Amino acid sequence: MRSREIPFRGGGFAPERIPRVGALAFLLLLAAWEGVCRAGLVSLFTLPAPSRVLLTLLEMATSGELFFHLRASLGRLVLGWSLGALSGVAAGLAIGVSSLARSIGLPLVSALFPVPKIALLPLLILWLGIGEASKVATIALGTFFPIAIATASGVDQIPKSLVRMAQSFDLAPRAILAKVILPGALPGVLAGCRISSSIALVLLTAAEMIGAEHGIGALVLQAGHLMRSDRLLAGVVLLSVLGLAIGATIGALERRLLAWR
Amino acid sequence: MRLRIEALAHAYDGLAALGPLDLVVEPGERLAVIGPSGCGKSTLLGLVGGLLRPSRGRVLLEGEPPPGSLVPVAYVFQDFALLPWRTVEANVALPLEDRLGAAERRERVRAALARTRLSDFARAHPRQLSGGMRQRVGIARALVVEPGVLLLDEPLSALDAQTRELLLDEVLTLTRGATLVWVTHHLEEAVRVADRVVLLSARPGRIRTILPVPIPEAERGRPAALAELARLRLELWELLREDAQRAETALVVSGDALA
Repeated sequence: MRSREIPFRGGGFAPERIPRVGALAFLLLLAAWEGVCRAGLVSLFTLPAPSRVLLTLLEMATSGELFFHLRASLGRLVLGWSLGALSGVAAGLAIGVSSLARSIGLPLVSALFPVPKIALLPLLILWLGIGEASKVATIALGTFFPIAIATASGVDQIPKSLVRMAQSFDLAPRAILAKVILPGALPGVLAGCRISSSIALVLLTAAEMIGAEHGIGALVLQAGHLMRSDRLLAGVVLLSVLGLAIGATIGALERRLLAWR
Repeated sequence: MRLRIEALAHAYDGLAALGPLDLVVEPGERLAVIGPSGCGKSTLLGLVGGLLRPSRGRVLLEGEPPPGSLVPVAYVFQDFALLPWRTVEANVALPLEDRLGAAERRERVRAALARTRLSDFARAHPRQLSGGMRQRVGIARALVVEPGVLLLDEPLSALDAQTRELLLDEVLTLTRGATLVWVTHHLEEAVRVADRVVLLSARPGRIRTILPVPIPEAERGRPAALAELARLRLELWELLREDAQRAETALVVSGDALA
């Protein structure tokens, strides 16, 4: 019988992160953009060079305008997100542990979750006025549903044997909630935080574009009206940095709180 | 403590899973429960441990718990049921929280970890431990409450054969004096650990026979006893074989009795 070496058939389909390649690609993209602008291939009026956007950002930072808008946006974001997150975690836990809450809450949350919350802003303005309350409520609503669903799903994923174990030692229901359910659902809660923070950022921008004088959304819209694409892109950069900062904060929280995984 | 099981029966959604059965487990006795897959072994343990509500009958606990006992009936789970976010010592301390002061709690945990040879791993998390060590944590957690009755639901089934062999003698030594109900599907394990082996029939599980193991525990590892243990194992297998064959080709009704 003829002998031959068995060829290697494994490998692949296991992507790994190559160090520095991502940053390099980003820098190349910026360099290409800068090059295209400097070569006069596009109108600087429609697409300002990255260096121009950076200068505009620095000017806005020096004048204090940047922090003024940032403070207004962060205030709405933190308040709206916190309200939505706290009530979402409470609702998710209730759906996760109580038959009555599950029977009432799950169909309700599932039906309302897909509704784009920005569509409710006009109604919220009617109810709460054009001021801060309607914007905060829009963000809170947008945050509530994904966190409620993720928390309930986090509770569902806790192995039942852990609850039965706690019951076998006669732990009180409140202790089981605090020592088994809540920490067990934490991966779900944090996943909900990650999803809802992106949704909150979108809703913040949209709400500020519809009815605000200050904030990053208002800055972007006003820049568009004045055809100041450098200011418009500065606002977009600010939103991107804000999104990255929120993502990094949640990532750090996950590493700290879920180190046991 | 004595366990008295009276006309105990359980059904899942109207489908009879267990019983009715009557049984008395004497104080300090070690009772192994075996039977074909799906016969209700884990259901029986869930009912005895108060984790399932019986459809009929009752389970009585008679006698005084040992001095210092915090929970009269403790449970050892097949999948260990350790909280993955807690360290070994925090897992063992769980049943003591809200019951004992910090100093007494620390002392009990220290003693339980020493008994189960886990002292060097007190700060480790379950994911860092081997299967055998995880089950030792589960056993330490059950022993720390000084139970009068210990219920073990296939405690060695999730372990490889060598670890099972190593842990079996250790568990017997650790649980000496406690009333034990040990559910298993390993016939060798049943005759090694038990004073009596209860054989359940196919679903709904009823007592088919109760087989005494008339060999003192200290002699069971010796060559002289091996032939007698093998004979008992064979006797059980002859009784079990038909039911086991039927169960192997039947549809599963309830995957996890405690789910």
